[in-house]
Amino acid sequence: MAKVPEMELMNKGTTACPGCGAAHAMRYMLKALGKKTMINIPACCWAVIPGVYPSRNLEIPLLYTAFETTGASSSGVRAALNAKGVDPREITVVGFAGDGGTADIGIQALSGCLERGTDTIQVMYDNEAYMNTGIQRSGETPYGAWTTTTPVGSQKAWKKNPKKNMMEVVNAHGIPYAATVSIGHPELMIEKIQKAKDIPGPKFIHIYAPCPTGWRSDPSITIELCKLAVDSCVFPLYEIEYGEYKIYKKPKNKIPVKDYLKLQGRFRHLPQEEVEMIQKNVDKEWELLLKKEEFTNE
Amino acid sequence: MSEMKIVSGNFAAAYGAKLSRVEVVAAYPITPQTEVVEKIAELVAEGEMDSEYIKVESEHSAMAACIAASNAGARAYTASSAHGLALMHELLIWASGARLPVVMTNINRAMGPPWSVWADHHDTLAQKGTGQLQFFCESNQEVLDSVIMAYKICEDEDIMLPAMVVEDAFILSHTKEPVEIYDQELVDEFLPSYDPDYKLDVDQPLGFGSLGMPDWYMDFRYKIAEAFEKAPDKIMEVNKEFEEVFGRDPGGLIEKYKTDGVDVLIVTMGSISSTSKDVIDELREEGHNVGLARLRTFRPFPVEEFRKLTKGVNVVGVMDRSYTFGHGGDAAREIKDALYGHRDVILKDYIVGLGGRDLTPKILKNVMLDAISLQDKGLDKEIEWVDLKINQERWRR
Repeated sequence: MAKVPEMELMNKGTTACPGCGAAHAMRYMLKALGKKTMINIPACCWAVIPGVYPSRNLEIPLLYTAFETTGASSSGVRAALNAKGVDPREITVVGFAGDGGTADIGIQALSGCLERGTDTIQVMYDNEAYMNTGIQRSGETPYGAWTTTTPVGSQKAWKKNPKKNMMEVVNAHGIPYAATVSIGHPELMIEKIQKAKDIPGPKFIHIYAPCPTGWRSDPSITIELCKLAVDSCVFPLYEIEYGEYKIYKKPKNKIPVKDYLKLQGRFRHLPQEEVEMIQKNVDKEWELLLKKEEFTNE
Repeated sequence: MSEMKIVSGNFAAAYGAKLSRVEVVAAYPITPQTEVVEKIAELVAEGEMDSEYIKVESEHSAMAACIAASNAGARAYTASSAHGLALMHELLIWASGARLPVVMTNINRAMGPPWSVWADHHDTLAQKGTGQLQFFCESNQEVLDSVIMAYKICEDEDIMLPAMVVEDAFILSHTKEPVEIYDQELVDEFLPSYDPDYKLDVDQPLGFGSLGMPDWYMDFRYKIAEAFEKAPDKIMEVNKEFEEVFGRDPGGLIEKYKTDGVDVLIVTMGSISSTSKDVIDELREEGHNVGLARLRTFRPFPVEEFRKLTKGVNVVGVMDRSYTFGHGGDAAREIKDALYGHRDVILKDYIVGLGGRDLTPKILKNVMLDAISLQDKGLDKEIEWVDLKINQERWRR
């Protein structure tokens, strides 16, 4: 297992909320990638977390870009480096977007970037809603969650649509590498990101990044939530390398989903039968993932 | 060696980008711009043009990629038209806010609905507030010249702004004219490689475009305004230099055609200017004291030049190939702004040729005769739509 490098490219003094998963996501990612990294960041929490002009807490070049453009912006930076003769293995171009910027408004630019084979790592740090604007639902908000635009109220209008499976979306582009990673398992996260760095072509990393503010969870249990998500198979840790699935962290004892849900205020309203339905769906997805792993490794 | 080629406006744009040694091209096809992207693709594929060509999935991404490439220190180029340009809107503003000298060619085309692919200036003029310099070309040669010049102007440290070099759909984009394709060495001498002071650099990590609080934002905006104020002089300086190197005057801010001491000044933009100049000649032969100002640079708007040009003029007749609803023709309105408090002159706005409606010498002559007649009868209407179905008889007779 990879060690967590001591080098820090993210300084103290962010504007992140206490217990912010996205802050850990950036910190570990930079530890994995090192100084020779250029990052494209659209509108998202990370447009604010580094600090406001003229302050900045990251020791790498940052390019802020419009909300829906991360993939295109990454292609632009990579093309400029190509024009200057800079090898993609020398400088890593990263697109670092939230779930909205990746899976919703940014999905077209992401798709274009992957399809045209830009040598880049496109990262979705997933806090499962539009958190920077104040907890509005996104395509990555899971079924059953409260957000400010899926309020509970008398109409029980919590989110009734499933979470968009971005790993499958990107895999459909035939890219060489995609992986889910979690800040609850930093060594594994660093290992997978370093692996992505060395593979030519477009790569995708899905980082699970809890948001205590939006999830209505205790800021002190962010890492615990990450581990529970993996152990309950809500967020399985797996990679897809040239189409082959590999679940790289299988839970020894699969825990019930309710143990994960009950620590978050955003699921507090769910009746027993809904929790059971979520459990069934998680089981089904997990079984399917196991079969994909089996099938693609035959 | 420079050589004469018979090429379309679109090919001229592509050759302009090639001669400018553009390092990154990001573009998406749209009628009538497609030949630009096709020609560049061909030049790159044949190894005649050393550029990274990003085949993006939308115009929005085209400008986003150009912005990113420019931020990383590369000379970037794109081309679009009408709906593609409208889709880019957010990024046009971004490019100027980020102070990036991205140059693009826009083929002036009408906006739908109803769908139209023909000449109209509304697409470009709807972007007049985005912080782009805007150059309206009259000929294919000017398209090529203006692309090269635009980089020189925009990359100047006092300017650092994006630009649009625009040509009329089909009338220039698809019509072939003799164009001098300059010797590369000559262009290299005129246009040095792009080497910005600040760019993405792992050894000197900086952040570009971060959050600016109210105590900073306004000052950044003022810096852009300052650059726009410096732009007219810079444009004329580069225009002069261009003429010295290439022996051709692309027109600066306003091209003055027989304007000395005229009573009536006609103002045009883009491709109708050539036909209009012939009509001016005809009218002058008939004894009318009339001249033509071709508004080449719409942004920055040449305020001072219009004030000078209208000294002693009785009537200004402006032909606008665009109409901003609830306001009027863009050029006429801006000229009025420029003249307010400086000139007491009759100004009439003629809305002409929208959506590619043909502008024959006959129609142009009738417009100019109408402007001339205002000297005696005074202003009848501030804005007149020319050659509509309901008034065609009058303008075509």
